[in-house]
Amino acid sequence: MTGPLLEVRDLVVDFQTRRGKLRALDGVSFSLARGETLGMVGESGAGKSLAGSAIVGLVDPPGRIAGGEIRLDGERIDRLSEAQMRAVRGRRIGIVFQDPLTSLDPLMRVGDQLVETLRAHLGLSPARARERAIAWLAEVGVAAAEQRIDSYPHEFSGGMRQRVVIALALCAEPELVIADEPTTALDVSVQAQIVDLLKTLSRRHGAAVLLITHDMGVIAEAADRVAVMYAGRIVEIGPVRDIVQAPRHPYARGLMAAIPSLHARPDRLAQMPGAMPRLSALPAGCAFAPRCPDVLGRCATERPGLELSGERGIACWRESSR
Amino acid sequence: MSASPPYLQVEGLRRDFDLSRAALLRALTGEPRRILRAVDGVDFAIPRGETFGLVGESGSGKSTLAKMIVGLLPPSAGRTLIDGLDLAAPPSTAARRALRRRIQMVFQDPYASLNPRWRVGAIIAEPIGAFQLRAGRAAIAARVRELLELVGLSAADARKYPHEFSGGQRQRIAIARALASEAEFLVCDEPTSALDVSIQAQILNLLRDLQARLGITYLLITHNLAVVRFLSTRIGVMYLGRLVEIADGEALFAAPRHPYSRMLLDATPDLAMTGRGRLRIGGEPPNPLAPPAGCGFHPRCPRAQPRCRIEAPALRNGVACHDPLGAGDSVGAAR
Repeated sequence: MTGPLLEVRDLVVDFQTRRGKLRALDGVSFSLARGETLGMVGESGAGKSLAGSAIVGLVDPPGRIAGGEIRLDGERIDRLSEAQMRAVRGRRIGIVFQDPLTSLDPLMRVGDQLVETLRAHLGLSPARARERAIAWLAEVGVAAAEQRIDSYPHEFSGGMRQRVVIALALCAEPELVIADEPTTALDVSVQAQIVDLLKTLSRRHGAAVLLITHDMGVIAEAADRVAVMYAGRIVEIGPVRDIVQAPRHPYARGLMAAIPSLHARPDRLAQMPGAMPRLSALPAGCAFAPRCPDVLGRCATERPGLELSGERGIACWRESSR
Repeated sequence: MSASPPYLQVEGLRRDFDLSRAALLRALTGEPRRILRAVDGVDFAIPRGETFGLVGESGSGKSTLAKMIVGLLPPSAGRTLIDGLDLAAPPSTAARRALRRRIQMVFQDPYASLNPRWRVGAIIAEPIGAFQLRAGRAAIAARVRELLELVGLSAADARKYPHEFSGGQRQRIAIARALASEAEFLVCDEPTSALDVSIQAQILNLLRDLQARLGITYLLITHNLAVVRFLSTRIGVMYLGRLVEIADGEALFAAPRHPYSRMLLDATPDLAMTGRGRLRIGGEPPNPLAPPAGCGFHPRCPRAQPRCRIEAPALRNGVACHDPLGAGDSVGAAR
């Protein structure tokens, strides 16, 4: 196969509420090559986590996928039954959430959880699965894995738990790992370890990673490409170096400039006025127009689409008029 | 630094928490007492109108220290002087009340720190009335309007409830309420940690503006190094209840001297993507209930010597380390 591993096209997710339909994702398109890491960055409510949930079929009602398609290795996975989807999750797509305790069963020894996953997805014998589980714990950096395999999640520190979750996500050798804020709940010194681990292991096992985070620093460290989301849409996508060092969408520019630096102490930080609009009050045109320093007349009435040129894509009338 | 006495002076602050089980159970099981020393002998000072930033990871004791400084938690030892007055032993009740008025806190979660049933105007008016800073409803209402505008909100917002505001606006309301008592000293505990980056920039700018306009003194508590860099003139790095380094922001970020400070800086993702050689800290912060002997950082320190395992280094010339880093020194074996 030469096509992309994951292809998301015109994905739309709606939430039915008492006050009407809210469009939380509106025409999101991107693809992910084998072994590649795509960072997805945005503020809370921008839709980045929802995009991840939609891919693995975990959009909770009243939310639902209302349009578009999701292909894994060329095959549509957005129309699978729950039973079929369960076979995809874990086996072909591994998941790492922010809080390791959402992925780990507190009443089950970590080893049993690994063994269960290995047996269910790879059909290993109990003895063989246990061997592999120990090897995985050692690989993610759990010391004395032969003993620790029989510990419960609460007997591990936060960083160690996240290591176990990474072992769980990768042990069935999936082609894709979706990591949603994998470092947000951890201490600074531990965050760096977990980013390194995720990077090293996905590379070693050839898994692609969709890395969802609000932390541009984590993206800069770990991603090959990055998609910047705003109010349910991708506003800019491209190679990570280009976007971090020379963002072109006015929101991406504002976002990068607003991040305080370790290397200097300016008198003021660049500041965007206002906040991201609520889904119930999205403007008719470009969702960023009310905060944009560079608006054109049509921005208030027409939504710009993501225009791709080469690897770079930008959804901005000002850019496309250049 | 000026010759006048500092605005805030912290002397030998210590706080122990007794986590032992009931005495009878201990007698039955032969279990020893379990004492957690959350803060272990901390000294520092903040000149008037400046910002002191305390950075540290979870369990470093920074929030316990902040609670002792504002008087929410009595220290096990040591004292806090504010403008020369001892917080724990003020000369009179009136003096205590006056001191309380001058110190306010801004918390991480603006959702939890505002009463959802009160209108914003009432939330901000409460300290004005309680400390009798204005007489009469009209004067209080005028002061509320002034405070709302000071923090970048509009006078009309006084009639709304907290839930009608975004997270950033709620943090502005919390700041307005803190300023309503005409506080001179704000303790900000992770003031922007719950906010998105673009909103964080607005609040950080507001805190800098307010300091420039009103001459407020800040104690900032955070785990975010970039935030501490932007707001602080002087910075203390905490590890396991102790200050391991204290320095001017510029110096700390250019040439950290404690191996932990250096590694904390290195662990923070680098947006400049310079690809500089970086050191990873191995391991995780130890359990404060069972701290390592000697220097608390030695199990994770690549420069540790035999002495570090036995003797805890005292804070000397701004660094608590038996073998501090010099200019251009590398921490040890590179990754």
